[in-house]
Amino acid sequence: MSYLLTATCAVPAAGAVLTAALPAGSSQGRRRTTKGIALAVSAATLALTAAVAAGFEPGGARYQLTESHSWIRSFGINFSLGVDGISAVLALLTAVLVPIVMLASWHDADPIRNPDGTFENVRRTQGFFALVLAVEAMVLVSFLATDIFVFYVFFEAMLIPMYFLIGGFGDRAGGPDSGAQRSYAAVKFLLYNLLGGLVMLAAVIGLYVIAQNQGQATFDLPTLTGAIADGKLVIDPTAEKVLFLGFFFAFAVKAPLWPLHTWLPNAMGEATAGTAVLITAVVDKVGTFAMLRFCLGLFPGASRTFGPYILVLSLIGIVYGALLAIGQKDIKRLVAYASISHFGFIIMGIFAFTSQGQTGATLYMVNHGISTAAWMLVAGFLISRRGSRLISDFGGVQKVAPVLAGTFLIGGLATLSLPGMAPFVSEFLVLVGTFSKYPVIGIAATFGIVLAALYALLLYQRTMTGPVKAGIEGMADLKVRELLVVAPLVALTLFLGVYPKPLTDLVNPAVDATLSQVHQTDPAPAHPVAATTGGEHK
Amino acid sequence: MNPVNYLYLAALLFTIGASGVLIRRNAIVLFMCVELMLNASNLALVTFSRMHGNLDGQIIAFFTMVVAAAEVVVGLAIIVSIFRTRHSASVDDSNLMKL
Amino acid sequence: MNSLIPLLVAAPLAGAALLLLGGRRLDRSGPWLGTLAAALSFAFGLALFLDMLGRSGEERALHQRLFSWIPVNGFQADVSFQLDQLSIVFVLLITGVGTLIHLYSVGYMAHDERRRRFFGYLNLFLAAMLLLVLADNYLLLYVGWEGVGLASYLLIGFWQHKPSAATAAKKAFIVNRVGDMGLSIAIMLMFTEFGSFAFGPILGSEGTAGGAQQAGEGKLTAIGLLLLLAACGKSAQVPLQSWLGDAMEGPTPVSALIHAATMVTAGVYLITRSGAIFNLAPDAQTAVVAVGAVTLLFGAIVGCAKDDIKKALAGSTMSQIGYMVLAAGLGPIGYAFAIMHLVTHGFFKAGLFLGAGSVMHGMDDEVNMRHYGALRKYMPVTFVTFGLGYLAIIGFPGLSGFFSKDKIIEAAFARGGTEGWILGLCALTGAAVTAFYMTRVMLLTFFGEKRWQPDPETGEEPHPHESPSTMTVPMIVLAIGSVFAGGLFTLNSSFLKWLEPVTGHAEGNSPLQPLTVTLLTTVCMLAGVGLAYLMYGRSPVPVTPPVGSPLTRAARRDLLQDDFNHAVLVRPGSGLTASLVYLDSKGLDGFVNGLAATIGGISGRLRRIQTGFARSYALSMFGGALLLAATTLLMRSV
Repeated sequence: MSYLLTATCAVPAAGAVLTAALPAGSSQGRRRTTKGIALAVSAATLALTAAVAAGFEPGGARYQLTESHSWIRSFGINFSLGVDGISAVLALLTAVLVPIVMLASWHDADPIRNPDGTFENVRRTQGFFALVLAVEAMVLVSFLATDIFVFYVFFEAMLIPMYFLIGGFGDRAGGPDSGAQRSYAAVKFLLYNLLGGLVMLAAVIGLYVIAQNQGQATFDLPTLTGAIADGKLVIDPTAEKVLFLGFFFAFAVKAPLWPLHTWLPNAMGEATAGTAVLITAVVDKVGTFAMLRFCLGLFPGASRTFGPYILVLSLIGIVYGALLAIGQKDIKRLVAYASISHFGFIIMGIFAFTSQGQTGATLYMVNHGISTAAWMLVAGFLISRRGSRLISDFGGVQKVAPVLAGTFLIGGLATLSLPGMAPFVSEFLVLVGTFSKYPVIGIAATFGIVLAALYALLLYQRTMTGPVKAGIEGMADLKVRELLVVAPLVALTLFLGVYPKPLTDLVNPAVDATLSQVHQTDPAPAHPVAATTGGEHK
Repeated sequence: MNPVNYLYLAALLFTIGASGVLIRRNAIVLFMCVELMLNASNLALVTFSRMHGNLDGQIIAFFTMVVAAAEVVVGLAIIVSIFRTRHSASVDDSNLMKL
Repeated sequence: MNSLIPLLVAAPLAGAALLLLGGRRLDRSGPWLGTLAAALSFAFGLALFLDMLGRSGEERALHQRLFSWIPVNGFQADVSFQLDQLSIVFVLLITGVGTLIHLYSVGYMAHDERRRRFFGYLNLFLAAMLLLVLADNYLLLYVGWEGVGLASYLLIGFWQHKPSAATAAKKAFIVNRVGDMGLSIAIMLMFTEFGSFAFGPILGSEGTAGGAQQAGEGKLTAIGLLLLLAACGKSAQVPLQSWLGDAMEGPTPVSALIHAATMVTAGVYLITRSGAIFNLAPDAQTAVVAVGAVTLLFGAIVGCAKDDIKKALAGSTMSQIGYMVLAAGLGPIGYAFAIMHLVTHGFFKAGLFLGAGSVMHGMDDEVNMRHYGALRKYMPVTFVTFGLGYLAIIGFPGLSGFFSKDKIIEAAFARGGTEGWILGLCALTGAAVTAFYMTRVMLLTFFGEKRWQPDPETGEEPHPHESPSTMTVPMIVLAIGSVFAGGLFTLNSSFLKWLEPVTGHAEGNSPLQPLTVTLLTTVCMLAGVGLAYLMYGRSPVPVTPPVGSPLTRAARRDLLQDDFNHAVLVRPGSGLTASLVYLDSKGLDGFVNGLAATIGGISGRLRRIQTGFARSYALSMFGGALLLAATTLLMRSV
């Protein structure tokens, strides 16, 4: 048994404890030590995750590097971890984004200097970076857990650090009532997700009881899905539907799926840009990931029954999110609504039940993470310079800060899925996968690409072009640290847009396994021809 | 002697303690009544232990004694500090236990 | 030779990367670096062309597979190129005209401080456009398709500080996206129908039938109509034409390269390339010719009313592409002529735009033709090259436009039946109107009295002067092309024979003799020229435009297309988003917040029970204990 996965999760967890315990102080040096240690821990995590992804054999067993440690023996609960292609790429995404978010939030959590020169809240820096590392550890466990109970515990536990990150740290742009707005957003986030988690807990217990009655007293996911596939574990269709909805509700809140989305704009709007990226690019992905891994594997029948309804909801989400993004006055809320639209695409890809759709959905999770991070973090730099989140307070930025404007445009173009950039690959796969089974829904979802162009380019036009507005004149261009944040994201967006094969190679076998769990195959073309022109391979 | 008689005694003691808690105002007296109720239940537990011939009841009685001791420590400290600030040991004078 | 094909794209792409990431160091050398990248690509194209000439017809197509792009089970997208007779025509046009316009821009943009970025964008455009024409499957074509859209967006909005430029850029991108939607749905439909979207397997090649042969006509018609939608977006055809006029906000070299010679003709390329699909879907073809015919008249009418020289030329571009689309819709009768007109149009329209740019350069960026006049004496080179382009576009016998347009009109009649007559007459009318508006441009700009207006800020009159040689040389080269290209292509039907292996060719049965058509065309052209001379050549032109007829006023407003879009799409759309924003915060969120408030209210009431008196708590505990005990006893007795 290798301990690589445990180590991957334990390093950020230990880092969180260490960072929280570091001596506080208002001095520059102490803060820098804290940040440096946190960044080093996240870099070490990235290295471990890369080792996991490199050690994963795409052609091998479904779950690899598995390990299991007894936890609560009387309930058959083990702390068991394992990685498949889908969780490998998502763990990688998490590990890549966390150091970038830290670097982007470098000064967001500095203690607040009072007018008399003293400092308030000297532990802020330690708190922020410890919380970020804690979130990373919990998200990694959620991605890697192969035990339903372990997954549930960490799925819920990550709400705690997220709650403090949203409620405790805001951006400079907040108005006089920003504190109240922030705690409203944090409480709303917590209540929504707790409600989802509560419903899921009931479903988890229900599943255990049913499994126990049939001699499968375990929370082990591969055992349960295997038993379901072999017919050793038979769940009554009605019970299956109820349990499916219980799991799905929790994931749909977290994802978020229309109409359970209203917590996201508040949370992303009020939190710092870095935290907003953590929410939308990392934490929310656990929801869509869990749909793919738990809902489909455990409840194949109910997944097929509810699939079309979920497709309709996701379609509404795509169009609704995009339309609302067009109507927003606040930059960060606009990005949040754009994310809701994108989550519609992800969920659509999952429940279209085609290999293109699901591979597309998995890639979409990664690509949306990267592109939204780029867009949101640059928006954060912009907002912290002007001290306002309102679109109408900006104008003509490209004249004074061309690099900032350029990277913001690249983020926007990635968001609207320009071909050649990573999101295009995933969006097209989702669309084509959906279209091949549900042509009408596929066509309707294609309208999303026009709306995406509208909100992304309108935002760019209103903030960056035109005459330079008052308050923008002296705006500084991106600093070296900020360039270090944006450059890897842009590079990844371009690389994965041109050469996504490393990811598809990882993901494809896992998607095939998932599809066979739900007994679905790709529809065959009506008049098949050779897929490619062929020709010599260079 | 019939062990049931011990149970009657325990019930009697418990009733005295309970009515004391409900009727008396003085915090110290109230406190002693609570102790009376605890000891009544201890008596009942030991009796049950004797009746059933195992040690479960006695063990629980030990638990109860530990809890009672802890309660005395905390409770007396609270009563003393309330008396110091308010110069009254009447429980109807303070209603701090609400938001 | 195969390995040269990726280099065609790589050269300008590397140039773009270098220029956009290179920083200030490259500010001075940037324009020349960009031009060099374009010229390098042209050199590769020329080498490939010469190599292709050396092989016989069937062996001319080259394939080069680079790597597997998106492999997901049945869905296999490759980054893979195909260079055949059709692609090489485009490659030479794009890189040739592209290099000339890079060169022109060195002079034109000499005083712009952001010129390094301008050349970066131009190189990016070249790379995307070459990818578009070299792709061997529809998905890779789509990458180029949107890539040129991006380059167009960046270049139209190059002067971003002008709100009008930023708006025009955004409009162009979004209208194009509507068309792109068509292309992406078409690709999806191909995938579900054939399990592929590569050219070879679907369209077949010479001698081998493609998958399109087996598919039902309904599916093919759907694919055809979707491709037409895409072509309408990119080639500014009715009903997605509204962006082209606004796109003239971009610097003039951009208008010449992207919005006249190359990018806007991508729709014609798409239809011609997909000929195998259209040939089997007559209904889709009818739609294509209808779009082409309507647009060629629409653009011509708009061109007649504009006083802005670039917008007049933009209307003309729309109209000329209408001709090409019309020809492409006619099927094998017209494909080769569509491409031929595309190439000759690339020469003369690029030349005309460069001429217009030269005039603007001399006239302090004045675009209103009513403020020009008598410029022939001040800008002789511009006058001559512009004049040659003018003669070519109106189809003056012997010049390029004459040959290519004549063939299209002939082909339109050859469609046969009533349809043939309608199309032929539309095309003839278009020829007359073309002659009219181009003569008008010519007369207003170069002839008559000077009507120059002083600058409203400085009060200085413009001092028109000839442009530097970096600008005039490209104009001269393009003028030579405008004069001779058509004749060269028609000689021995060489162009037709060159393309025949790819597009196929069929002779229609025209009700009119070719000579009759030629005569009719020439007569129409002369009538147009004459009418324009009567209106603008004989009497002085007023500086402020007269009110004009309702048609003129409508044409000045682009035949009310923007008003239509605004009333039908924009206003209801913004109403919808506004009401949804309201609904989201008051409806969905209101429900959630209401629920929270209700629960909060109930707990507030319940809180009153908590009095804080220890003895009342004790009493309730005691009552509860009694209740429990009683219940237990009761249950046991039952």
